[in-house]
Amino acid sequence: MSGEKQYFFDKPDNIRLLLRIFYAICALLVALDFVVHRHTEFRWEGLPAFYPIYGFVGCVMLVFVARWMRSFLMRPEDYYDRVELKDREDRKGGEAQGGHGDV
Amino acid sequence: MFEVAPFVPFFVVAALALFLRGWPRALVMIALPLLGLANLWMLGEGQFGTWSVLDFQLQLFRADKLSLLFGYLFHIAALIAIIYSLHVRDTLQQVASLLYAGSALGVVFAGDLLTLFIFWELLALTSVFLIWARRSGPAYLAGLRYFILHILSGMLLLGGIIFYGQAQGSLEFGYIGLEQAGGWMIFLAFGIKCAFPFFHNWLTDAYPQATPTGTVFLSAFTTKVAVYALARGYPGTELLIYIGAVMACFPIFYAVIENDLRRVLAYSLINQLGYMVVGIGIGTALALNGTVSHAFAHVIYKGLLFMSMGAVLQMTGRINGSELGGLYKTMPKTTVLCIIGAASISAFPLFSGFVSKSMVMSAAIKNGYDWVWLVLLFAAAGVFHHAGIKIPYFAFFAHDSGLRAKEAPVNMLVAMSIAAALCLGVGIYPQALYSLLPHEIAYTPYDMSHVLTQLQLLFFSALAFVWLNLRRLYPPELPSVNLDVEWLYRRLLPDAARGFANGVFRLDQRLRNAALAAVGGVMAFVTSYHGPDGALARSWLTGSMVAGVVLLLGIYLAFGLVN
Repeated sequence: MSGEKQYFFDKPDNIRLLLRIFYAICALLVALDFVVHRHTEFRWEGLPAFYPIYGFVGCVMLVFVARWMRSFLMRPEDYYDRVELKDREDRKGGEAQGGHGDV
Repeated sequence: MFEVAPFVPFFVVAALALFLRGWPRALVMIALPLLGLANLWMLGEGQFGTWSVLDFQLQLFRADKLSLLFGYLFHIAALIAIIYSLHVRDTLQQVASLLYAGSALGVVFAGDLLTLFIFWELLALTSVFLIWARRSGPAYLAGLRYFILHILSGMLLLGGIIFYGQAQGSLEFGYIGLEQAGGWMIFLAFGIKCAFPFFHNWLTDAYPQATPTGTVFLSAFTTKVAVYALARGYPGTELLIYIGAVMACFPIFYAVIENDLRRVLAYSLINQLGYMVVGIGIGTALALNGTVSHAFAHVIYKGLLFMSMGAVLQMTGRINGSELGGLYKTMPKTTVLCIIGAASISAFPLFSGFVSKSMVMSAAIKNGYDWVWLVLLFAAAGVFHHAGIKIPYFAFFAHDSGLRAKEAPVNMLVAMSIAAALCLGVGIYPQALYSLLPHEIAYTPYDMSHVLTQLQLLFFSALAFVWLNLRRLYPPELPSVNLDVEWLYRRLLPDAARGFANGVFRLDQRLRNAALAAVGGVMAFVTSYHGPDGALARSWLTGSMVAGVVLLLGIYLAFGLVN
């Protein structure tokens, strides 16, 4: 990387700063929950910090379930191609060729 | 007055594009959607173009507020996609994309089911060329599978129309409902095009295989035509609520582990369709407005996301998350435009998704579908997770892949900028879109509670991403294929067919061998009597033959005496 321009995210300090701002906003949003009176339509909605918890737990669950799904859904990249494209030369061409073919 | 149905200019210009080249073609193609939009604006609500076949009254153009909004949307989408693909020097693609956009307009303004069917089939026939235009082996096969499923949808539609027309005595395209067999067949035909669960793989299969520009066209029309058809034929069908909830939910799991970023977008497209389908299922004025406005916002931001990934594919030749990263350094404009699209699909306040998605959610809770609301809320957080963060993050940031691609061509940047401006425009000033909606209702997306709760949801989804990433718990991008329903017809069925064929050949072989063995046995048996040493082929002495004849005569004589 020497000699190349230093970009914004190449400096760990910048990333650390952005993350701090991000954490501060998160904290502020939870704090606002106790200040602002929200009008609610659903019985759980009124619970304190319902949305932050739902968002966080939901996404963590999403990722863990998806990781677990990999254990039985994941196959090698050429799983279909090696059978379907047996007689064709461009078996590996699909990915590598990319968009250059149609210019 | 001179009235032109909206699809006609598209077909005419498609014919022109066959012969024009260079800038005249570009000029005609850009002017087309603009003039078409003006034409549609002048036409307004109304109907014309009645023709009769046998005893049926058919209608080429019938517009009300629902079809008009889709009509405007399709013109805008066509304009953006045409500008995006101006650099393409491939007449096949240009012509097919214009015919395809025209067919979509034909469906939306069809006043009867037979006209609908004709354009429905044209839609499949013209769009498949955008996939084949990639001219690679996988694209050819994906196009074939796409085509077969869409023809199946067309056949079901035709069958349904025949039953339905017989029962109703009219082919007018209005509320259809599930009261009779014909209604179910049409429902299923629409469902295949709308990527209902179990029929969704044509989308995730074909869209990532199409050309970078072709996918932008594809993502705008086919599924939204199906949403329009469902909204007209089946509003308030409760089954749709549950189908939509499943559609909103399951694709996000696949999106998290998928490596091909355009396939991630294809899965998230199904997820967004889920919201629209739920809205149709609820069927109240608010819900239908939500569906239509979400379709409007969705076409534009999904187009924007597909365009930004198309630009990445075009410039780097790669689209797998595992091979990309760090592109913000040399493609900053594309990065910013992609982030605008990502913010819109995640429904950040001031972006278009925020003012449309919430109408469907609000309708769900107002009508007592609490669980569906919770599922949709989970899906909303998940969308941000995979489409809002994952797409920009793995393409433009993450680890530096070392790729130093040039910025996308000007026409692509212009097209993406128009889409981004529309995303922001709709998000900041939603009243313009609301005034075009089919039902008149007062809805204010911007109030304190809504903005705060949405921000909380999104920021904490992002926090989950940050935490998982820092703890290295986030599933890494791996070059892989994930099994889905398509496995049934891409692996199980071909394997079964191959196994069956092999079985038949083996049985045939065994029967032949058995027959040969039987013939051999007969030969051996015959040979044992008639062969050189066989009992019947032995040479006999003359004396013993005479003795035998005498013996025979003797027996005759004995018989004669007895009688």
